[in-house]
Amino acid sequence: MILQKLKGTWIPLVAIGFGLLAGAIIMLLFGYNPIQGYIALWNGAFENPYFTGETIRLMTPYILSGLAVAFAFRSGLLNIGVEGQVFVGWLAAVWVGTAFSLPAFIHLPLAILAAAVAGGLWGFVPGYLKAKYQVHEVIITIMMNYIALYSTNAIIRNVLTDQGERTDYIAESASLKSAWLTELMEFSNIHFGIILAIFSALFYWYFIEKTKYGFELKAVGFNRDASKYAGMSVKRSIIMSMVISGGFAGLAGAMEGLGTFGYMSLQNSFTNIGFDGIAIALLGGNTAIGVILASGLFGVLKNGALNMPTSAGVPHELVDIITALIIFFVAASYMIILFREQIISMYHKLKHKLSNISSKEGK
Amino acid sequence: MKKRNFLVTLFLSFTLILAACGTSDEGNADGDSGEEKNCEPSDDAINVAMVTDVGGVDDKSFNQSAWEGLQAYGEEYCLEEDEHYDYAQSTQDADYEPNLNRLTGQDYELVYGIGYKLTEAIEKVAGQNPDTNYALVDEVASEMDNLTSITFKEHQGSFLVGVAAALKTESNQVGFVGGVDSPLINKFEVGFEAGVKSIDPSIEVDVRYAESFDDAGKGRQIANSMYNSGVDIIYHAAGGAGNGVFSEAKDIKTNDPESYVWVIGVDRDQYDEGTVTVDGTDYNVTFTSMVKRVDIAVQDVAERMMEGDFPGGENIEYGLSDEGVSVADTNEEAYTEEIATAVSEWEQKIIDGELDIPSTHDELEEFLNNL
Repeated sequence: MILQKLKGTWIPLVAIGFGLLAGAIIMLLFGYNPIQGYIALWNGAFENPYFTGETIRLMTPYILSGLAVAFAFRSGLLNIGVEGQVFVGWLAAVWVGTAFSLPAFIHLPLAILAAAVAGGLWGFVPGYLKAKYQVHEVIITIMMNYIALYSTNAIIRNVLTDQGERTDYIAESASLKSAWLTELMEFSNIHFGIILAIFSALFYWYFIEKTKYGFELKAVGFNRDASKYAGMSVKRSIIMSMVISGGFAGLAGAMEGLGTFGYMSLQNSFTNIGFDGIAIALLGGNTAIGVILASGLFGVLKNGALNMPTSAGVPHELVDIITALIIFFVAASYMIILFREQIISMYHKLKHKLSNISSKEGK
Repeated sequence: MKKRNFLVTLFLSFTLILAACGTSDEGNADGDSGEEKNCEPSDDAINVAMVTDVGGVDDKSFNQSAWEGLQAYGEEYCLEEDEHYDYAQSTQDADYEPNLNRLTGQDYELVYGIGYKLTEAIEKVAGQNPDTNYALVDEVASEMDNLTSITFKEHQGSFLVGVAAALKTESNQVGFVGGVDSPLINKFEVGFEAGVKSIDPSIEVDVRYAESFDDAGKGRQIANSMYNSGVDIIYHAAGGAGNGVFSEAKDIKTNDPESYVWVIGVDRDQYDEGTVTVDGTDYNVTFTSMVKRVDIAVQDVAERMMEGDFPGGENIEYGLSDEGVSVADTNEEAYTEEIATAVSEWEQKIIDGELDIPSTHDELEEFLNNL
């Protein structure tokens, strides 16, 4: 059976297909043309260099937040705190970007490093508490999100500005943007962060697949007790996993601070970069290449969806439902696995019955 | 066997639902297409579009008001939605620029950015597209020939609702809930306080900020503690967070219809937000609203551009005298004629220039010292 042979990779693809189909049905039900709708979605993401650039820009932090979640997943931890780690990374990057004036080859790496360290520290706290006191990381990271949200707001208001709404622009030397790239993409906000994101994905792959530490992380993820029995330091693995995961998240924040915006403004609520990262990691099967592809899908969906109301007349609410459906089907891919198994077992039963009948007839 | 029956039933009911939806929908579609317009779009009308901030077009506040302005403009000149006028909704700060660029690319001649959050984005896009005109609502943008700024004298309207609140309060305590502590929202706060103190300097004004424009929970929390401390009228300038103030007041009213709690709405006439029904009797907790006529301003700028008089590089400030701000009198039971008369007397003074309303904390201090 073909179904049995195709494992892993086909599930997200089928899920996306189901999602698009469900979205099309919804559009039909409400009297909109789904083909026009999806053309608008596609055009919104790729119509010209500007929108392509914007899609890549949108995808950049998603790659990093997806990697962050995936990294923690690999060692059996659920890092819900990517959102908060993005905030502190963003703030740290902008802080370094505005406070110093240095040559670009020092300033930019320093700002990026600051973001990674800040995110890593934010990940260290839940990691440490988990390792030392078995406090569940989900609770801590959720709480840390709020601490990050409100403290970064307070710091922007009282430290970086005088009761201002947003920080100053970062110095040119700390910016990930380049005039050359901006011009190439017709003034879109694309920046060199995408290269950093892809390097991070490479690093992720190398670390998880090729190093001793990566092997330990995975082992801890599979079975904590067995790893301990095998002489691995479970505590160290947990802390390291959360720190590196937080570091990735911090880099995602740096993408916003040093690339997209060039400043940080007061945030009313979460950016959803971190929460979407959970879906991206799931969709990407916690692999580096999977995360990149899933981020691409998210970038296309989010950016393209903005175009559906203005050029295909599909209302915003419906667009939200359609994108949510696609994500839903992806997240519910376990359901598809289950479905597949049922089909397989039904097929076997049927075959069994048929052979029974034929053997009886044979007699 | 049981399981299969269940699946069949599920499938059948699903198709039935689908079929039902399908037919009812066709009816709707027919209804829509049957609506023929019996006029021709004017030749000199321009194509206009707007980009909302993260509040969205149905925020019951200034985004919605701006869209109503565009709709009114479209109706007046017999234009088609989606073709001659349209809006793009932003769900996060990073959406502003792509949205502005998208509408620019779709050949709209005038694109509005609604809300001060779009300042950086609209300045950048206006700089890159000199052939399209832009207008920013609620903030003064840097000077460019194709960019105009629309602001309002919110302090004037806030002053008048302050006067009304001072005349209405029984506990001599009133409250103000702001969105984010910023120069814009300070105008509301300062004007309101000046109005209250002009009537009776002994009335306490409790000022608090939700630090958010969309967190209704936060607004509700603040309203709860204010009402508990004896405040009986709250003026909110907090967008979506202000909806929490309404729900808290309505809750109190539901529990005890005799309670004396009021909310003063903002931006639009929020009378409808305040309705509450207890045991078959209708109540309304909206005392009045400080109405900011974003719709009038938006339509006005579009018409000026039609006439070839686009106010590029200028900051147009709409105030009491040009109906840019006003006080709603929809709740006639609460907003009595006595109060209305007093308010219009003060209004006349402001229009005549006899009275300068403070708009910053420093000016308020000076104003209070001169009382």
